[in-house]
Amino acid sequence: MIYFDNAATTLQKPPCVAEAVVQAMTTLGNCGRGACAPGLAASRTVYQVRTKIASLLGCPKPGQVAFTANATQALNTALFGLLKPGGRVIATDWEHNSVLRPLHRLAAERGVGVDFLPAGPDGALDYSVLPKLVRPETTAVVCTHASNLTGSLVDLEQMAAAAKAYGLLLIVDAAQTAGTRPIDMTALGIDVLCFTGHKGLLGPQGTGGLCIREGVDVRPLLAGGTGVQSYSPGQPEEYPVRLEAGTLNAHGLAGLGAAVDYLAAVEVENIRQKEAALARRFYEGVRDLPGVAVYGDFSVDRAAIVALNIGEEDSGAVSDALAQDYGIATRPGAHCAPRLHRALGTEQQGAVRFSFSWFNTAEEVDQGIRAVAELAAET
Amino acid sequence: MRQKQLRVILTFPAAVDAMAMESYGAAHQVPGRLIPLPSAVSAGCGLCWSAPPEAREAVEAAAQETGLRTGGIYELML
Repeated sequence: MIYFDNAATTLQKPPCVAEAVVQAMTTLGNCGRGACAPGLAASRTVYQVRTKIASLLGCPKPGQVAFTANATQALNTALFGLLKPGGRVIATDWEHNSVLRPLHRLAAERGVGVDFLPAGPDGALDYSVLPKLVRPETTAVVCTHASNLTGSLVDLEQMAAAAKAYGLLLIVDAAQTAGTRPIDMTALGIDVLCFTGHKGLLGPQGTGGLCIREGVDVRPLLAGGTGVQSYSPGQPEEYPVRLEAGTLNAHGLAGLGAAVDYLAAVEVENIRQKEAALARRFYEGVRDLPGVAVYGDFSVDRAAIVALNIGEEDSGAVSDALAQDYGIATRPGAHCAPRLHRALGTEQQGAVRFSFSWFNTAEEVDQGIRAVAELAAET
Repeated sequence: MRQKQLRVILTFPAAVDAMAMESYGAAHQVPGRLIPLPSAVSAGCGLCWSAPPEAREAVEAAAQETGLRTGGIYELML
């Protein structure tokens, strides 16, 4: 089987990840709960992972890294913790439902207004509209770093400059980019960076978190046990514990820590270059095939994602044929990105998404190209 | 129970600070170790740094140098 669904989750992980999880499951107690040896071992492990994540993503301090189960929980924490009743937020048409659905709920429950930076029929965002979207009630900008559908990158420098100019918080969804390209949230001017552990970071599912600039006040989404200040009726004020009610996934985080060690050893920039080369090779192999439509701008730096359609064929049928006849795993349908599909005119057809990882090879990409060519020729 | 001894106790608002103290302490030979927070300090739970009284200056200096968030420093019979 050839796995090209790395934007959903990376299947191939370094062996050290599973080894670390197994080791953790047989040795770790509960992080932040007591001073027995297994409890301290868990606390040390989680602290080390905070330190590694902070270093990898340019977060100012390990204590500003709060762990969650995934990017969705991190984004919910940031959005519900920062957006107040009657306020407004700017998002983009590229957002995943992990951003859109919390915003819809905030609109319904708190009257939070949402203004979208629009995408055109080619999928490109129109940044010239950005200043016009800022209103007196606007307090934040939330945007993905890379579209999970097309792989196109949001111009974070432009978003950060606008956020700074208008005094807005900048919340970034790095689900598709953490671990696959260098990120320095401090240098980029990001206030809250949300990540997941199981995609480009090559860690286990059930890990993720948010890195928070010092001075940003995120109200807790959850309340509960923290292992400290037990007689206080409210959550502790201090990060990261204020955002970490309940037992952390220390076993998964141990795996994430091993994954980040691996990334540091191979270097994220090398990963970016290899994945970009694989995606470019695939794009150049399919873009001129008769009946094949590819989405997004390939003239600029981008994430290693190529979304396409073959004629009018349903994307699910194409993806199924790739899986059944060629042993190639892809992702069809809407990809939880409804606004961008509407902009591209692919709401009904969906699209077949090929997403590449560090562990894919040029030979696999060539097999993918041949498979698409054969299916296109049959159509 | 063990015979009680005078100890210097440094408390923290969150486990992450206790971990940072332990990490710094190991790297810079600061005497002491993490123990459960004594009820004489707080009836809540958590971790604190426990050191012999002669290490008080070293403990305070460590907290200062690392910029850790700390709760307080106490001398207790534990």
